[in-house]
Amino acid sequence: MTQKYRLDKKGYINRKKLISFKFNGKKYFGYEGDTLASALLANGVHLVGRSFKYHRPRGFIGAGVDEPNAKVQLYNKEDKNEPNVLATEVELVEGLTAKSQNCWPSVSFDFGAINNLFSKFFPAGFYYKTFMWPKNFWYRIYEPIIRKAAGLGVAPLKPDPDRYEHKFEYCDVLVAGSGPAGISSALAAAKNGAKVILAEEKPRFGGSLLSDEVTIGNKNGKDWADESISQLKSMPNVIVKNRSQVFGYYDHNMMVMIEKTKDHLEKPSKFIPRQRLWYIRAKEVVISTGSIERPLVFANNDRPGIMLASAAKEYMKVYGVLVGKKPIIFTNNDSAYDCAIEFKKNGIDPLVLDIRKSSDSSIVKEAKNLNIKIKFSHGVANSKGHLRVNSANIGKLNDSKSSYENLENVSCDCICVSGNWTPTVHLSSQSGNKLKFNDKIDAFIPNQSRQNETTIGSASGAFTLKKSLEDGFSKGYELSKKITGKDTKSLPPTSNERSSEEHDKFWCMPLPKGKHYKRFVDFQNDVAVSDIELAVREGFRSIEHVKRYTTLGMATDQGKTSNLNGLQLVSNVEKKIVPEVGHTTFRPPYNPVTIGAIVGREVGKNYRPTRKSPMHSWHEKNNAVFVDAGLWLRPRYYKQGNETLNDAAIREATNVRNNVGVCDVTSLGKIDIKGSDSAEFLNRVYTNAWMKLPVGKSRYGVMLREDGIVFDDGTTTRISEKHFHMTTTTAQAVNILAHLEYYLQVVWPELDVNVLSTTEQWAGAAVAGPNSRDLMGKLFPNLDVSNETLPFMGFKEEDLFGVPARIFRISFSGELAYEINVESGYGIFMWEKIMELGKEMNIEPYGTEALSTLRIEMGHVAGSEIDGRVISSDLSLEGMLSKKKDFIGKRSLNREAFINPDREKIVGVVPLDRKTMIPEGSHLVKDNKSSLPNPKLGHISASCWSVEYNNPFSLAILKEGKKRIGEKLYALSPLKNKSIPVEIVSSHYVDPKGERVRS
Amino acid sequence: MLEIKCPYCGKRSQNEFSYGGDASVKRPALEKEISDKEWDDFVYFRKNPRGKHLELWHHVSGCRQWFKVSRDTTTHEIHETSKINEEL
Ligand SMILES: [Zn+2]
Repeated sequence: MTQKYRLDKKGYINRKKLISFKFNGKKYFGYEGDTLASALLANGVHLVGRSFKYHRPRGFIGAGVDEPNAKVQLYNKEDKNEPNVLATEVELVEGLTAKSQNCWPSVSFDFGAINNLFSKFFPAGFYYKTFMWPKNFWYRIYEPIIRKAAGLGVAPLKPDPDRYEHKFEYCDVLVAGSGPAGISSALAAAKNGAKVILAEEKPRFGGSLLSDEVTIGNKNGKDWADESISQLKSMPNVIVKNRSQVFGYYDHNMMVMIEKTKDHLEKPSKFIPRQRLWYIRAKEVVISTGSIERPLVFANNDRPGIMLASAAKEYMKVYGVLVGKKPIIFTNNDSAYDCAIEFKKNGIDPLVLDIRKSSDSSIVKEAKNLNIKIKFSHGVANSKGHLRVNSANIGKLNDSKSSYENLENVSCDCICVSGNWTPTVHLSSQSGNKLKFNDKIDAFIPNQSRQNETTIGSASGAFTLKKSLEDGFSKGYELSKKITGKDTKSLPPTSNERSSEEHDKFWCMPLPKGKHYKRFVDFQNDVAVSDIELAVREGFRSIEHVKRYTTLGMATDQGKTSNLNGLQLVSNVEKKIVPEVGHTTFRPPYNPVTIGAIVGREVGKNYRPTRKSPMHSWHEKNNAVFVDAGLWLRPRYYKQGNETLNDAAIREATNVRNNVGVCDVTSLGKIDIKGSDSAEFLNRVYTNAWMKLPVGKSRYGVMLREDGIVFDDGTTTRISEKHFHMTTTTAQAVNILAHLEYYLQVVWPELDVNVLSTTEQWAGAAVAGPNSRDLMGKLFPNLDVSNETLPFMGFKEEDLFGVPARIFRISFSGELAYEINVESGYGIFMWEKIMELGKEMNIEPYGTEALSTLRIEMGHVAGSEIDGRVISSDLSLEGMLSKKKDFIGKRSLNREAFINPDREKIVGVVPLDRKTMIPEGSHLVKDNKSSLPNPKLGHISASCWSVEYNNPFSLAILKEGKKRIGEKLYALSPLKNKSIPVEIVSSHYVDPKGERVRS
Repeated sequence: MLEIKCPYCGKRSQNEFSYGGDASVKRPALEKEISDKEWDDFVYFRKNPRGKHLELWHHVSGCRQWFKVSRDTTTHEIHETSKINEEL
């Protein structure tokens, strides 16, 4: 139960609540309010993982989002796991179980560490250089080995069981980061009437105020932050969110934020989503994301126990945890003295090594007064220790800082480093802000805003509290005034902080003489100084190329601690200044985001809407097996007993040919067209003539795109002089409506026509078969259904037992057929009436599979032929092309390729054995034994079992088309390993003269 | 995600709209005799300017109106939007 490194009093954790957790199989204890990292450190555990390439032991570097090493795999109670989670960001909850990643068999004995012994064989670009040849070795040998060795976490195999949700929000001012600058600007903007959202990525608000010794007004910094947050929370125009990170800055001030809502709760309600993704459209964005400390670089600077001074201080102040009891503080600036003083106040004697020759700042004086031992012009040359640092080789730097005047070994259990601060400019850069290099702090800061974005506080390079508060209040006021027009100005409170002097620009320590130790720049990607030097030596100049060659700044941490040191190094080697080298691109997300959160609720059946016809429940009750048709669910067949799909399709289609069948055609696109120019409009969008279509008649039409390719087909009916009813295919319904609207609104606005989708308004049933007329007579006893009164392509409006119905004598099946439409709400009534009255005529419902069979053997084209590559004549529809008028796409039809006589055209295909079904997609070839590639003459577009002839029949698009009727070819399907001898026949396999539909 | 001001509905997010290409393209009048080049220019050839671009958008998940947008292709800044019959 002992937490040996836990201080007695310090920190904001809840000591009343002890929490047990497991790490690498061992049980530990921490407190509520700990992170996994702080709890492990309280137990003296520094070793958390193995490095990516060399499998070197690694510990914690940071205390938050800046952590490059401590990625763990989390396991929760429901047997769910999550890889690549930062231990510094995981809040401790009872029963939490985590494991180290990238090590086998265990973190303290890692087989892959053998890579470290052979590290000279793993220089920058090693993979590129080594695994280039021979080519087939890559797939068989190299890639599987690399995958095994170079994995980060393990991807979970099961679907994510958690629920994630999306939220859309609008505000005047979004403030990202709740440090002193962020709180100030939120306060000033909110008091001036703006709608404000303040987002903090950590559980606690306050940023640097949580661990800095400062006063604001007459309170200490943290109390001021707490009071300000309570004040903001009480205001109705403010949303304050913790555990919420703004990770992406997108166009037009669209900010995306991830809120962690569940994992920190011990007993979450099942209605709470795990995470919530916020899309926030902000009029103004205040970026107060703070800054991240840079490491100093020296030999073996990656041992567990070596971490950022700011992190060591945060563990003491926020969590009451000592990261060591024999600390060395190694710095090139004043800020690390805060850490030294904090150690001293907790009874620990630190040794400070300062690269600078001297400093007279108040904080250094304070440290001296506390009798803290300081060695100026000193630094760490090398570290020692196996799984944890146990000593440092320290030395005095010569004047040129190129070597050491002397070296001595000092024992220690942690080294807290500070190489000055890097503003967190990710969001600013993502917004399109062109960053500029600030020589004074050796880092990039935001410069020219492109969107409505303002960076303040240490993210802007302003490293004093006073400036952060001033900027926060003035920007919060200015930005809100711009939006609200109000003029309530709040003034920043007075503040007190330690003053500091300039840092020393030196950060990369020379190697001890004659040694070739690794000095790491990028911990996450195992990129050392020597790798970057090698890349430059090998001719890589652009920083983007150096990044990709060495992997500097890649992967999940995106170079938060390493980017600037890497840039400095490239500029040093190239003898350039950093601004000339430039920086790599910052891209969202700032931090890894769970895929589940991005997907939100759009999973499984909620991935997209499901459209059902009004008769859906009837189909369900009658054993329909459904198929997706775009968003629609349509009955594919109605299963009887243990029928197969094929059996059912043959049974249903045969019944249509012999008796009568009914098919749900609700999903067909329906467009209502009204206005005095409706006929003229149809005349322009269809290839055939429409002006003289009489009222009460339907006509088949084909539409082209402007490039001459067939777009869609369907029938359109003249309901009255100025009123038409258009049908489209199910698949193209949405596109056709947009197409018609485009021509009416943009191209021919002078036409008096209105179009409206009525797909959902009408339920449709196709009644087809030789008995269909008898059935229609029973359904509409007052209607004369004779061929004379209601001929093929005729239209009538008549009541179906009191329900107004539209009757179209049109046919897709090639049989005598009718389509009945009633208002959707009466769909089920219509359907049941049809089934009831059709009973004595042996009616059966038929699904899309039988529908396909019927249309294929009749040679009617559908989506599998109208595939975006064919023109009318390819489908034997050239007779539909009016010569007397212009129409959309007509001018394209004289293109050379379109008048070429050996274009591929529609034909029918039957297997010579009259038995073997030809797989759709098979290629038609002359010789099935030809050498590859076998010249392709065409392809099979659709296949069915012809119920008329009781043998297989297919449609194909074949070179020279009808000229080949009678020829023998082969249908090859390498996918199904089939070679089928076939004969080419007419595409109109059944009733070529179309007598049945007119009967 | 862009924020686009539909001239009929006001500002909406991009996912309510679909893009309709270059708004300066004029379809040749019906029945007019034109050269192959004129037709090809209309059907196939579009400028791909860096910077200001006059384009059509369709408010598909809204009022179903087509309208004009002046947008910068590099910064995505939208200068102006207008109804089809208005000059931009
Ligand atoms: Zn609109």
